[in-house]
Amino acid sequence: MKRRTFIKNTAASTALLSVGGIALSCTEQEVKQITILHTNDVHSHIDPFGPNDGRNANKGGVARRATLIQRLRQENPNTLLLDAGDIFQGTPYFNYYGGELEFKLMSMLDYDAATIGNHDFDNGIDGLYAQLPHAQFDFISANYNFKNTIMDGHVAPYKIFVKNGVRIGVFGLGLELEGLVGKDMFKETKYLSPIEIAQDMSRILKTEEQCDLIICLSHLGYDYENIQKVSDRSLARSTKDIDLIIGGHTHTFLDEPTVETNTIGKSVLINQVGCYGLYVGKVDFYLEPKATFFSSQSLRV
Amino acid sequence: MTVKYVNFLLIILVFISCNQVKTTQKIETQRIAIDQDTATDTLIDTFLTPYRNSLEASMNEVLSFSVAEHKKTDGELNTAVGNLMADAVFERCAPILKKRHYIDLDMVLLNHGGIRAPLPKGAIKMKTAFNIMPFENKVVVAQMKGSVLMKLANYLTKAKRAHPISGMELAITRNGTIKTLRIQGKEIESNRIYFVATNDYLYKGGDRMDFFQKSEAVFDLDYKIRSVLIDYFIDNDTLDPKRDKRFEYTN
Repeated sequence: MKRRTFIKNTAASTALLSVGGIALSCTEQEVKQITILHTNDVHSHIDPFGPNDGRNANKGGVARRATLIQRLRQENPNTLLLDAGDIFQGTPYFNYYGGELEFKLMSMLDYDAATIGNHDFDNGIDGLYAQLPHAQFDFISANYNFKNTIMDGHVAPYKIFVKNGVRIGVFGLGLELEGLVGKDMFKETKYLSPIEIAQDMSRILKTEEQCDLIICLSHLGYDYENIQKVSDRSLARSTKDIDLIIGGHTHTFLDEPTVETNTIGKSVLINQVGCYGLYVGKVDFYLEPKATFFSSQSLRV
Repeated sequence: MTVKYVNFLLIILVFISCNQVKTTQKIETQRIAIDQDTATDTLIDTFLTPYRNSLEASMNEVLSFSVAEHKKTDGELNTAVGNLMADAVFERCAPILKKRHYIDLDMVLLNHGGIRAPLPKGAIKMKTAFNIMPFENKVVVAQMKGSVLMKLANYLTKAKRAHPISGMELAITRNGTIKTLRIQGKEIESNRIYFVATNDYLYKGGDRMDFFQKSEAVFDLDYKIRSVLIDYFIDNDTLDPKRDKRFEYTN
């Protein structure tokens, strides 16, 4: 009830303030390009691999990633930069500086949001919390309940970004920590069913928050032989209204996104760019206004 | 009442005139490699330099000296580098277990796959420890009956791999029959309780070491394997590990 009042008030005041502006932009019928850039499982790989590092030789490096991202943002300012978790662990940078450097660099690169991977608990939940002041970006996770932990209030289930008038809802999902991370590390973090939470999230983002694009930032893993285990692919098939799942955890190098069909027969893209900052994934959505008069959303108001 | 009415009207107006809902017409995707062709951002690089230099200096700190190079492939059932690791865990962890829990450690079992780099000849640096053990695994001590320890010995006999051990002597035939099995120089008593140090990965069933699931209790020493190595290197200024007869083939 409260939420509805809040939405109504916001919508009304927005309408009062900007009805002219919106009407003007709508007459243009312009196609809007939204660019989503993403990384996953960078695992503290701050420096590029050396010339003798096998198949990864001379690849990666955060200072190079910065150049690329700057260029892409110049090409299209309506860009989001996201990370799908496991920021920590993998080089001595993490052992020595505890993740401070990873967060500072991601802030310098102007990341918009990240979700939390299992390795981000490697210095315990207290170790993660201790580095939060260095992160000028949001942590989002919808299926970890941090209520009885030090992280309470520092992680949002979802975040909405508005780029060129396009509402982009991004929610986060993490995998089961039990058996993967010591209980002494994750403490009272509660893991909730990713599929149920994703169904909730997509409904909230689509219906209540009126998002034009819905992105799931997932550390669940791409696919598993054990069909009981929730993966990005099974998640895509069991939900609706998600446009893109940005994955991690399984270090899966996809040349191009996988397309799955959701419960209402629509396509869902799943993308993952391996690990260690060797690649940046780029997904461009081109949206155009659609003639909808009294949609169910407007009647609900 | 009047105000609410006005709001309602305005919203309707917005939806009629403004087609709020946007639909995706087209999606383009691209995977972009980060390599030598991507220029280094000088601002980021300048920011990083002091961290990198400080880390480099620490990683190049010389902790010890090794007489020869030892690879994990140098030997059939036991290797010099594996023996060094298992003995280091024994030497460093037995006193901690004694002090904290009044328990005597009986043996150590690690895994051959866990040795990630050779012990080089010459200077042994901080980074050597990171190369040999890049993972964060910790030492745990499993409490198990002699009957379970027999399963451990059977596992080693079947695996015929140079999994590092310390505190146990095992001689097997090529056909996989145990000829000698001693722990701390004595025969195994099936009802006695033994304490086996390993790492948390193996304790949880890594490398199919399922027998650890039959442990009666576990003690977490909160001590990383890598830290054990670093402390062992600092304590021993010259390293000269040898292959020996702790795990061998016999007739």
